[in-house]
Amino acid sequence: MSVDKDTVAKIANLARIDVPEERRESLAGELNNILNWIEQLSEVDTDGVEPMTSVVSQPLFRRADKVTDGGYRDQILANAPTSEHGFFAVPKVLE
Amino acid sequence: MTDLTKLTLSQARSGLDKGDFSAREITQQHLKAIESAKALNAYIVTTEETALAQADNADAMIKAGTAKGMTGIPIGIKDLYCTKGVHSCSASKILKGFKPEYESTVTQNLFDDGAIMLGKTNMDEFAMGSSNETSYYGAVKNPWRVGDKDYVPGGSSGGSVAAVAADIAIATTGTDTGGSIRQPASFTGLVGFKPTYGRCSRWGMIAFSSSLDQAGPVTKTVRDAAIMLESMASYDEKDSTSINVPVPNFEASLKGDIRGVKVGIPKEYYLEGMPVEIEKLWQQGIQWLKEAGAEIVDISLPHTKYALPTYYIVAPAECSSNLARYDGVKYGMRVQGDSLDDMYSKTRAAGFGEEVQRRILIGTYVLSAGYYDAYYLKAQRVRALIAEDFNKAYEICDVILTPTAPSAAFALGDKLDDPLAMYLNDVFTVPASLAGLPGISVPAGLDNNGLPLGLQLLGKAFEEGALLNAAEVLESAAAFTAKAQKWWL
Repeated sequence: MSVDKDTVAKIANLARIDVPEERRESLAGELNNILNWIEQLSEVDTDGVEPMTSVVSQPLFRRADKVTDGGYRDQILANAPTSEHGFFAVPKVLE
Repeated sequence: MTDLTKLTLSQARSGLDKGDFSAREITQQHLKAIESAKALNAYIVTTEETALAQADNADAMIKAGTAKGMTGIPIGIKDLYCTKGVHSCSASKILKGFKPEYESTVTQNLFDDGAIMLGKTNMDEFAMGSSNETSYYGAVKNPWRVGDKDYVPGGSSGGSVAAVAADIAIATTGTDTGGSIRQPASFTGLVGFKPTYGRCSRWGMIAFSSSLDQAGPVTKTVRDAAIMLESMASYDEKDSTSINVPVPNFEASLKGDIRGVKVGIPKEYYLEGMPVEIEKLWQQGIQWLKEAGAEIVDISLPHTKYALPTYYIVAPAECSSNLARYDGVKYGMRVQGDSLDDMYSKTRAAGFGEEVQRRILIGTYVLSAGYYDAYYLKAQRVRALIAEDFNKAYEICDVILTPTAPSAAFALGDKLDDPLAMYLNDVFTVPASLAGLPGISVPAGLDNNGLPLGLQLLGKAFEEGALLNAAEVLESAAAFTAKAQKWWL
């Protein structure tokens, strides 16, 4: 599995990071170096091994389904680059 | 007047208790020392007013007889912790200007106990780095140097260790994802302690890799680490991975006696091409513990060599998800765009540094359709095997002794262009991180250039007390007293 310029463009788009055309080639090289090194994991026999999904085995605790906190609209908006009428504001989505 | 910045945490505590000096005095001395140590770039911001107000509050607590272990102790807080109304940006440009409206659980615990915040310490951007050179706020210089040459302090908690090593904080908070407390502690002659995953709440810690991130103290001694961890640790309903177990009095487990303790030596940690000095120091460490009455046991952790590649799938995958929240909408900076997507992409391109972008892209790739099983799921399976290695080893030993890092501090700029060489710094710290186990780096010696080297002890989950006890015995045997020359004065 090897990453080329077009793959870089594709994953950069998925990650919503604008990667300029002239940077894609060198980035593909850097990513391939890392991915080739990671490739050694294929040597490990993992047949029948359950993937580790929690670090310390503990069931997630349960709580009553009720509102215990909230009402912080102004605090939540305080750090927004732009907010209007009590909402986050973004560029126009619908024409 | 006595130089109060040279005190250890436990010395400061006893001086404050006895009324030898006030919290205000020790805080003022530290604030002054910070002013004269700007060359290190250890702090991103200092918080004089908060510090003095907290100091007066601490003095009142002491007077009222309600002092706790951390009361009146001036500390630095890594920029990754959200502190209410104070710069908390994980040293990233994308969070520029962010001042949280709430306090992280760990810092709240420390402040409730009367600790004093001197400022926010520098770090690698979003804790991604092993040299503190990826910070938007510039590299941190290691207080230790060789001649006139500048060295890195390690990372990602580079500012936190530089501050303690330079006597501009009694202690600091760090965070450790793959070694970010232990490796920098080793590079600066300090104690760095990563407790068991789940011991400290992650609530209000700016997330990098949620299944690995853990808070911990950077201190001058093992005893100091015990005192500080007790304050930081708590069960917290606001973090679903916080573990509901009682927080013991860690200091009480420092008994100075490890007779009969079984110390495991993993053969897989002997690396080809490892510097002779590191190997010698490790042997010396084995000898010290043996002389203290420990039983040395050879153990095997067969999947050790796969820990780093596993880490570099799991951590970037989690980072790509966690960092999706930085989109120019809710906080931090925004670059205008023609459309919503264009605004996201331009903001993230301008706001994230090179290493962070690299990791987000790797993470996005390994999670993308068609590669998820081959990379991410495979890594999760290998991670299970790595954890199982430790489980088996702990059937025949109580703690494990290894070097902390494969080298001493390196010169600024030396590894900046080679991500893989940089990643190798964490070769000895990453396996325990993947398994969620506690680990501590103890200063143990100097290399030929006079730079500090640490030894690492690993423990069983939630048995930090036993680990600290062994670490203190190692610390006294090593009797490391060297300090960095204060060239910045």
